[in-house]
Amino acid sequence: MFRKNKFQKLKEDLIEKLLFLFSLVSIFVTVGIVAVLSFETFAFFKEVSLLEFFTDTQWTPLFVRKHFGILPLLCGTLLTTLIAMLIAFPAGLISAAYLSEYASEKARGIIKPIMEILAAVPTVVYGYFALLFVTPLLKKCIPGMSGFNSLSSGLVMGIMIIPLISSLSEDAFHAVPMGLREAGYALGSSRLQVSLRIVLPAAFSGVCAACVLAISRAVGETMIVAIAAGQQPRLTFNPLVPIETITAYIVQVSLGDTPHGSLEYRTIFACGMFLFVMTYFLNIVSYKLRKHFQQVYE
Amino acid sequence: MNRKIVNKRLDSLFKALGILTTVFGILVLLVLFIDVFLDGASRLSMNFLTSFPSRKPEAAGILSAWVGTIWIMAVTALIALPLGIGSAIYLEEYAPKNRLTGLIEISIANLAGVPSVIFGLLGLGLFVRWFNLDRSVLAGGLTLAILVLPVIILSTREALRAIPFSIREASYAVGATKWQTVYFQVLPAALGNIMTGVILAMSRAVGETAPLITIGALTYIAFLPQPPVTFSGGFPFMHFSLQGLFDPFTALPIQIFNWVSRPQKGFSVNASAGIIVLLGITLAMNSIAIILRYRQRKKTRW
Repeated sequence: MFRKNKFQKLKEDLIEKLLFLFSLVSIFVTVGIVAVLSFETFAFFKEVSLLEFFTDTQWTPLFVRKHFGILPLLCGTLLTTLIAMLIAFPAGLISAAYLSEYASEKARGIIKPIMEILAAVPTVVYGYFALLFVTPLLKKCIPGMSGFNSLSSGLVMGIMIIPLISSLSEDAFHAVPMGLREAGYALGSSRLQVSLRIVLPAAFSGVCAACVLAISRAVGETMIVAIAAGQQPRLTFNPLVPIETITAYIVQVSLGDTPHGSLEYRTIFACGMFLFVMTYFLNIVSYKLRKHFQQVYE
Repeated sequence: MNRKIVNKRLDSLFKALGILTTVFGILVLLVLFIDVFLDGASRLSMNFLTSFPSRKPEAAGILSAWVGTIWIMAVTALIALPLGIGSAIYLEEYAPKNRLTGLIEISIANLAGVPSVIFGLLGLGLFVRWFNLDRSVLAGGLTLAILVLPVIILSTREALRAIPFSIREASYAVGATKWQTVYFQVLPAALGNIMTGVILAMSRAVGETAPLITIGALTYIAFLPQPPVTFSGGFPFMHFSLQGLFDPFTALPIQIFNWVSRPQKGFSVNASAGIIVLLGITLAMNSIAIILRYRQRKKTRW
């Protein structure tokens, strides 16, 4: 009996230690990402000055005359993100308001799984859709448009992100206490007035958290822009011409045979670092907003 | 009185707008499916599934792609499932509230928001270069395992949190130890929801393209990784080998990307046919997850 207890204790301890080790992996991965990115980025900045990286208006590391200015890539990323958000913000919020304030339980039961499937379609499929369906369609309306452009990739990216904004904002709307709505109705407000003037302001920080997270997702989105936006880094806000985003550049270099340890090889890590820092800040902002929202209603 | 009518009109107008916007997303999905199907269905055949990629679009197939995808998914699942579910159990059932636990939680929350292409860069720097795994199945599987790890942890934690505390207390009351409580009471009760999360995470991994391209997965491969079990030769007629883990690979989404980016019409038809297969896999996994969750919800009444 005593021996069995001792064995049991040992087993319990071992299992707890093992599970603890498992959970440490997440820390190792985070450290690993930062370490790998910083290591190559430092090596990169030994050869290229920070000033050039942030102020040069050309990005041509793969040409003979090399320029290392991140601005054109950043511009491409911001442009596609902007177009995507112009679609996703209004559409996501309106559909969240509809699902949370208007739709019947039955309608929600049908619509929400379909939204989930919309979000589950692999991004390479959306890329195909942008290049071979949306671009030819838009070309009929806008004759001067190039085969690769930020408009169609941005539009498709926006559609891809609608479910994200919709479901997170709906959660936020849902968390607003019923009493607030009832008070509004008691004063004779319509459903729309209650939605826009009571529920939306009350859920504002939660909705902002959803929108910031959506921006972060759009900034890091890779396959759609790698397929449909082109490979020409360009400092422009014209949505009809080919551009290149930070993520698409990483893909472009990865597809080639860039020798390990060369400056070209290191550029993708510098770009990755830049991207990582950008999305990290966006995620922190979103997290803080969500925490703030939860504090108000719990 | 007049204003009341205006308000009512605005109200129904907004409702119509809401339905329209929501249906818009669904409509796009439908158009996408139809477009892909019209383009690719004619190309879909047994030959397409059993041929290697080729320079001639009519002769090309997705054999190395889907076999590669199965390899990668197996490695990813074998690594990410124990790690993810184990971490979640630790954090929900064991972890003390201290700074280290806080650090783990922050890491997971942060990893969940990192763009997938960054995981590819980690895989390139760590697995491909530092561990010298080269562009192998193992490097790809490890990279995707790390990518889905936070997703699995978060969904498993949610599933564990849904189990009421009284179940654990009842188990302790009859003398069960902590692990016995977790293993015999909490895990079985949470299994349905855990499986839902795991399937959704794996369906995300199936379609991931960017990280695999970043670690340098090849786009043109005319051979398969060595299978883990072969039936040939002399006694005992069955040979086990893990050599396939170190072979180069390609995967379904990579093959699709490769075909999409070629200008010839024949290859874009191939891409649509590949997409039909890929969408079939993801949609099947998602439907299973949704049905599983639905049944779980109906079954449980705490």
